[in-house]
Amino acid sequence: MNIVVCINHVPDTETRIKISPDNISIDRSGVNYMMSPYDEIAVEQGLRFREKFPGEVTAISLGSDASKETLRKALAMGVDKAILLKDDAVRDSFGVAEALATEIRGMNPDVILFGKQSIDFDDAQVGTLVAELLGFPSVAVVVHIDIQDGGVVVCEREIEGGHEVVHTKLPTVFLAQKGLNEPRYPSLKGIMAAKSKPITEKPATPSKIRVETVALRKPPPKNPGRILGTDSSAVPELVRLLHEEAKVV
Amino acid sequence: MKVLAFAEERGGKFKKSSLETVQAARGVADSLHAEFCALVIGSGVRSLAPALGAYGADRVVAVDNPVLAEHSNTACAKAIAEIAAKEHADLIFLPASQMGKDLAPRIAIRLGAGLAADCVAVKTEEKEVIATRPVFAGKALLDVRVTTPVKIFTLRPNVFTATPRNGTASVEQAEVAFEPGDLVTKVKELKVIVGRPDVTEADIIVSGGRGLKGPENFHLIEKLADAIGAGVGASRAVVDAGWRPHDEQVGQTGKTVSPTLYVACGISGAVQHLAGMSSSKYIVAINKDKDAPIFQIADYGIVGDVFEILPVLTAELGKIAGR
Repeated sequence: MNIVVCINHVPDTETRIKISPDNISIDRSGVNYMMSPYDEIAVEQGLRFREKFPGEVTAISLGSDASKETLRKALAMGVDKAILLKDDAVRDSFGVAEALATEIRGMNPDVILFGKQSIDFDDAQVGTLVAELLGFPSVAVVVHIDIQDGGVVVCEREIEGGHEVVHTKLPTVFLAQKGLNEPRYPSLKGIMAAKSKPITEKPATPSKIRVETVALRKPPPKNPGRILGTDSSAVPELVRLLHEEAKVV
Repeated sequence: MKVLAFAEERGGKFKKSSLETVQAARGVADSLHAEFCALVIGSGVRSLAPALGAYGADRVVAVDNPVLAEHSNTACAKAIAEIAAKEHADLIFLPASQMGKDLAPRIAIRLGAGLAADCVAVKTEEKEVIATRPVFAGKALLDVRVTTPVKIFTLRPNVFTATPRNGTASVEQAEVAFEPGDLVTKVKELKVIVGRPDVTEADIIVSGGRGLKGPENFHLIEKLADAIGAGVGASRAVVDAGWRPHDEQVGQTGKTVSPTLYVACGISGAVQHLAGMSSSKYIVAINKDKDAPIFQIADYGIVGDVFEILPVLTAELGKIAGR
């Protein structure tokens, strides 16, 4: 089975976001980067598929040289190959998808895995855009995947208040949701081995921006709140405020 | 100029997020002096369509076909793209529900259109449409402009209003031809998990964290939620500990929610959790630790013991809510 996992190098979840003076990007100073958490789940799923269906797992990332750190993590977790589509410029989701699809088209994949969204821009588009560009089925927010004989796929995806059981056929693009699996920690052996595994660098197909940033800004500050008390005697006042002031109950 | 809004039907009703989307899209159309129509797709949906008139749709196009009884994302996206093209729609709105988020990117590719996803505001300034979307789990806001002639927007549930007014819509049936290749992916079954509102759609959420000390104490959270018809949320810590299911997790690697009221119980307020709920209209925090970061964003707080406070709060709120 030929498995491709697309991963993204993003500011870690601890980051307190500061806007840079250009007002369209974040101030990167002091920011630690990581593999987007949903992408870790995607990598893990790729590795589990390889355990069940012998084949190869390739991790691909689009970004600057810094993205190599995230590709190394994927190699340390156990992927066979890593490709960096090199681009230092900012892209929108379509631009990322177009470059990924161009690269993946030549790889003849059976399964393509993404995280359900990248935790920087939370667009949740790239995986599905790639599926449409390649003419492949897709299942987003997937929490369970069963690949049966003949490439038949039975999976579950999360929707509001429940799960949909979806049937489709390979080759399929899956967008991984938390709960699909528990990603493994790279072993020390894996980390050491990853240092000498090659990362293939290729230029990313140029693309035109379809969604342009006008401004990046902080949300409006909240007014300070009130501490109403230290025990259940404060409850009547809380209820009164919720009913009369906030009018939410 | 023309604006089109897709309304999602589930179980014979339109989801509230669809009504919000139709109404918001109508508002955008009015400010641009543009024509407007709504679009419904499925099997047996035609009879539901007139209800959209109360939310601003004078005209609804219905693609009603038995092959769509089992939802297929590829078939549905094809239908929306074809109708939007036939209608010469310039702006297309869908709810950023799970269905909407799944369909919109495919429609975008088919129409060569840019997609601004999960928007919390759409403004028209001098005929230009600027959409605002939360990024970095809501730690920042991104104002964007779509540069393609056809523009697609998905709107976050529970942010825009749906206030019904008098009005019914005229409904037209439209046909879309589906090939077998369009119908490879199908929803075969729906598994309902809980009877409570999903956190992404709930007006009120009661959320529990490590301060509840163990899974056996979450009945306190559930009782309060049920007393006021709320959804139940959880911090990452208690989900990772296996106390609560992950579909309750609120936060950067869980769900981002925007309820009218968020009640955080025994939750300290880590950066990642705040990122998921800080856009709630009103926040109540109950925590024993007066220095817990959650109090910095709470509108109302009680520095006290959740075990003592929750039953009393449940009883008092239950009286008001009449349950």
